[in-house]
Amino acid sequence: MAVRAEPFVLNMGPVHPSTHGVFRMRATLDGEVVVDIEPVFGYLHRGIEKLAEQRTYNSIVPLTDRLDYISSMSNNFAYCLAVEKLADIKVPERAEYIRVIMAELQRVASLLIAVGSFLNDCGAYFTPFLYMFRERERIVDLFEMVSGQRLTYNYMRVGGVSQDLPEEFMPALRKFMDMMPRFMDEYDRLLMQNEILIARSRGVGILTKEQAINSSASGPVLRASGVNWDIRKADPYSVYDRFDFDVPVQESGDCYDRYRQRVEEMRQSLRIIRQAMEQLPSGPVRAEVPHLVRPPVGEAYAKLECPKGELGFYLVSDNSIAPYRCHIRPPSLINLTALRDMVRGWKIADLIIIFGSIDITVGEIDR
Amino acid sequence: MTVALSGKEVATKIEEKFSGSVVESSPENLVVKSDNLLDVARFLKETEGLDFDYLNFVTAVDYYDHFEVAYLLSSLEHNHSLMVKARCYDRENPALPSVVSVWQSADFQEREIYDLFGINFEGHPNMKRIFLWDGFEGHPLRKDYL
Amino acid sequence: MEIEPAKKYIYSDIELDREEGQVIEDLKAQSQQPIPDPDQWLGEELEQNILLTSVDALINWGRRSSLWTAICFPACCAFEMIAANGPRFDLSRFGMEILRASPRQADLMITAGTLTWKMAPNVRRIYNQMAEPKWVIAMGACAISGGIFASAEYAVVPGYNRIIPVDVYVPGCPPRPEALIYGIQMLQKKIARRKNIDVRKILER
Repeated sequence: MAVRAEPFVLNMGPVHPSTHGVFRMRATLDGEVVVDIEPVFGYLHRGIEKLAEQRTYNSIVPLTDRLDYISSMSNNFAYCLAVEKLADIKVPERAEYIRVIMAELQRVASLLIAVGSFLNDCGAYFTPFLYMFRERERIVDLFEMVSGQRLTYNYMRVGGVSQDLPEEFMPALRKFMDMMPRFMDEYDRLLMQNEILIARSRGVGILTKEQAINSSASGPVLRASGVNWDIRKADPYSVYDRFDFDVPVQESGDCYDRYRQRVEEMRQSLRIIRQAMEQLPSGPVRAEVPHLVRPPVGEAYAKLECPKGELGFYLVSDNSIAPYRCHIRPPSLINLTALRDMVRGWKIADLIIIFGSIDITVGEIDR
Repeated sequence: MTVALSGKEVATKIEEKFSGSVVESSPENLVVKSDNLLDVARFLKETEGLDFDYLNFVTAVDYYDHFEVAYLLSSLEHNHSLMVKARCYDRENPALPSVVSVWQSADFQEREIYDLFGINFEGHPNMKRIFLWDGFEGHPLRKDYL
Repeated sequence: MEIEPAKKYIYSDIELDREEGQVIEDLKAQSQQPIPDPDQWLGEELEQNILLTSVDALINWGRRSSLWTAICFPACCAFEMIAANGPRFDLSRFGMEILRASPRQADLMITAGTLTWKMAPNVRRIYNQMAEPKWVIAMGACAISGGIFASAEYAVVPGYNRIIPVDVYVPGCPPRPEALIYGIQMLQKKIARRKNIDVRKILER
């Protein structure tokens, strides 16, 4: 009797423990091998771009917090850069340094979650995740000192930041910086050479250099595939050209390289924070701009190196107090276009790991 | 620093190859006719010296009498960038050729523009709504929706 | 099977999308009014004024001390919920450390995030799959009334109580983990006053 096999469609639904949010994948399987995958999203489409057309420039900042909700400071920063480019506003020095410190601290906090959930997907159920959370709580305490909030900060304004650092911030930051490298070394010792991690992620889900550039991947995903492109070096914004840091690049583009890339980037962020702390000048923290900013007619695009990739804001203005069009370039959505090529030929268990190594946030995909 | 190439210089190069395809050019951007969009895209990607292999974003803006679709292209090797635009004057059934075969990252972004603005991209392998559900009527980001 | 770099999607189901879209439109049409909050315990206590039996007290103690949560984490409040489960604001001291994926084993649903019309049928389906008795905590401003996104009416449901009945509302954007723990304690007080065994019915027989 001849046996016939047919491909079978499996729906990994919007409510799933490993899909990092409400994200749905329809996987076509041949046995256990994945043949094709169709991502379905839109379950968190809140209409942020439409809402932004009805709000003034400064009141869009809380909306941008909720885009990639685990790295709110970077979102605020990108939006404020775009408005300042459009309206040609010069930001004072102290505000620039404060913004850099906040953005790099936020990068460390966000990469901790990325790495923790990747290890969660690999099978180390919750233990490394909770270790990461312990460190993230310290960073979140620093942010709470500055802005009063734990998750969506709403700290930056057009022309600077909303208020100056309190006096207890710098001693607390110094204490954190002394403790953090010891934690990173402990973490490296526990996990880098772990057999299970290497067996599950080495050589899995390879993204070649040409595919990465063609799918416009950005951030750690692009650099893990061998492309040396970091916006902080290639097109420096704010005061990043005054700091001395390296851009780690890995070679093969598999899941283990992406994980390693994120850990190395955390170390470089700590280097930048140390230099910014030493060079912090004094002065005003906000430029003299009216609260209702009215930029001239025109358009501007400003991009920023977020923990997930390249976040950009494209603003079109018609000389009124609200933007005519505000488009957000989401790094998670565009990194996902490479998912189909990465996943073909692997099994379902590898699908979860490959998907976790891209590190998406659904709030940014759906906006 | 990424150098933003002037639209005028690139316009002369495009005019040599495909005459009549540039509608207007200025130092900030370059507006191309919608029929020649795919040829111009391939030309910009493959020519030595331009090498625009990285598509930053694709988006659309609704000016009341026409739609304008903007593409920001970059070259990682030479570190320069260029903004290309195409206009669509039809309000009922706007259509443009799709550039998915040139840059694969336009896949989801063109579906998003179809969903929110209604612009149809010909040649796209999977043209259906992406953020809103299948029976939704209307295109929310148009200026005359609500 | 041969796997070559194909340009066209092998599987992209338009029929399935159309059916799901129809389900969403139907649900939107029938959810124009909010579902009233379950206040059953309030009415009965005022009517009958009978003290709970000790069996009731025992059952309620068991139920409120080990609430198991079903997963429903769309958006940002999810991270405050995970932080509440984390090492600093420990939720397992209340017996709630289990965060399994299966709704059939859960009796509490903490809705942490904005609800959109596209997601609404799935939330309703998960609520239906939970076994009685079940409770719902609406966490965050988006869950109570749509929050900061309520003006985008084309896509956002103005509050979870259009779709499922809600017991406790916890305000905040996002609410701190301490606020969430306070909301859970309010729910525990509500469960403690619940009447499980109706003494009059047993006496009538």
